[in-house]
Amino acid sequence: MSDTIVETADGIRALRHDAPHPDAFTRDSVGWLPWLEPLPVDQLTERHHAGLVDRGRASSDYFRLLARDPEILRARTLTDKDIFYNVAEGLPRADRELAAAAASRVNGCVFCASVHARFAAHFSGREDAVDRLLAEGVGADLGERWNAIVAASTALTQTPIAFGPAHVARLRAAGLDDLEISDVVHGAAFFNWANRLMLTIGRAVAPA
Amino acid sequence: MTTAISDVIDEISGASPAVSARRRPVTREQSQASFDALFAPVDDSEFALDDRWLLAAFVTRLTAADPTADFYADRAREAAPDLAVHVLAEADAQTAAGPYGVYAEPGLQRENIVGPRYLPSADVRAAVGDKLAAALAHAHLVTYRLRETDGASHDALLDAGWSVDGIVTLSQLIAFLAFQQRVAAGLRVLSATEVAA
Repeated sequence: MSDTIVETADGIRALRHDAPHPDAFTRDSVGWLPWLEPLPVDQLTERHHAGLVDRGRASSDYFRLLARDPEILRARTLTDKDIFYNVAEGLPRADRELAAAAASRVNGCVFCASVHARFAAHFSGREDAVDRLLAEGVGADLGERWNAIVAASTALTQTPIAFGPAHVARLRAAGLDDLEISDVVHGAAFFNWANRLMLTIGRAVAPA
Repeated sequence: MTTAISDVIDEISGASPAVSARRRPVTREQSQASFDALFAPVDDSEFALDDRWLLAAFVTRLTAADPTADFYADRAREAAPDLAVHVLAEADAQTAAGPYGVYAEPGLQRENIVGPRYLPSADVRAAVGDKLAAALAHAHLVTYRLRETDGASHDALLDAGWSVDGIVTLSQLIAFLAFQQRVAAGLRVLSATEVAA
């Protein structure tokens, strides 16, 4: 991070970065740089590692910045893993990733949208539909099942929260049961958490 | 302050017994652990607990006038009654339809939506102090136009006396509540529309 300034005569300042922004939403691998200094690797204690959950996350600026509050990072991470990876029952992984990508598209998180658009495309095999969501936004026609999931995720992401009985009815009509609808709610809601970290404690960088 | 509530999302969503019973156990447990990490912290020296309740009342009211906002408004009034009057009045006065904001990405400029940019007035700053006032401004930014956050946003917090550790906890608090309030809203609707078995 040679293009950053950590401290001036006035005290600690936010970091600054010259790296180019992405052009727009993309399925390519977007980079990320923090606005504040992550914990140095050599200062990580067992408490910090407990917050990181997986030791491999110590190589990530994002997670080492969040490790400054290890207890909430740990609970956040375990919540995230259960909502997206626990697929023994409930909504298929592709649809959970779609909810995450849709919330990220509404909030404008190009980094989060890129990661979860890749997952949605991988698990569904529907690259064209995912690319329409990225290019056209949440009004894109993706077929009724995905349209219903995107509409519900969008309504939940708006302020004031606009999710209502009509969204549930549309999801039921598309064949989702109550656990699956709850999974849509959690997938979209979690990305209102994730977007508000990824998009505010650092910023996206154009794919290499 | 400690809370006697065993599961906050069950309480604020008013989830029916059937909807509550179908909640994923690990997600339920870790959502509650997240609440506990923020509102029963190991260390509140960088972000005082009273200020956490006040911020929570502010951001949840910005997001919706619903039982989650009522829950945190009650907690804020208990924790810091005098400050809560100012913070809740500000929240009521500063609500907006979001998310909105200007993109940094060149190819997304046609999607820019310009909306209110909140800065507490001199009277509000005098009433709540510079540090809490800066956090209210940041909370409004992160709630509605998160895509506009940049280095200058963080300099404003640092200038007002926030540490880097404190900013991380503040960011997590605002972001977690965006999740919790939406899960509660979703489960509330799901409970109200249950199909008779």
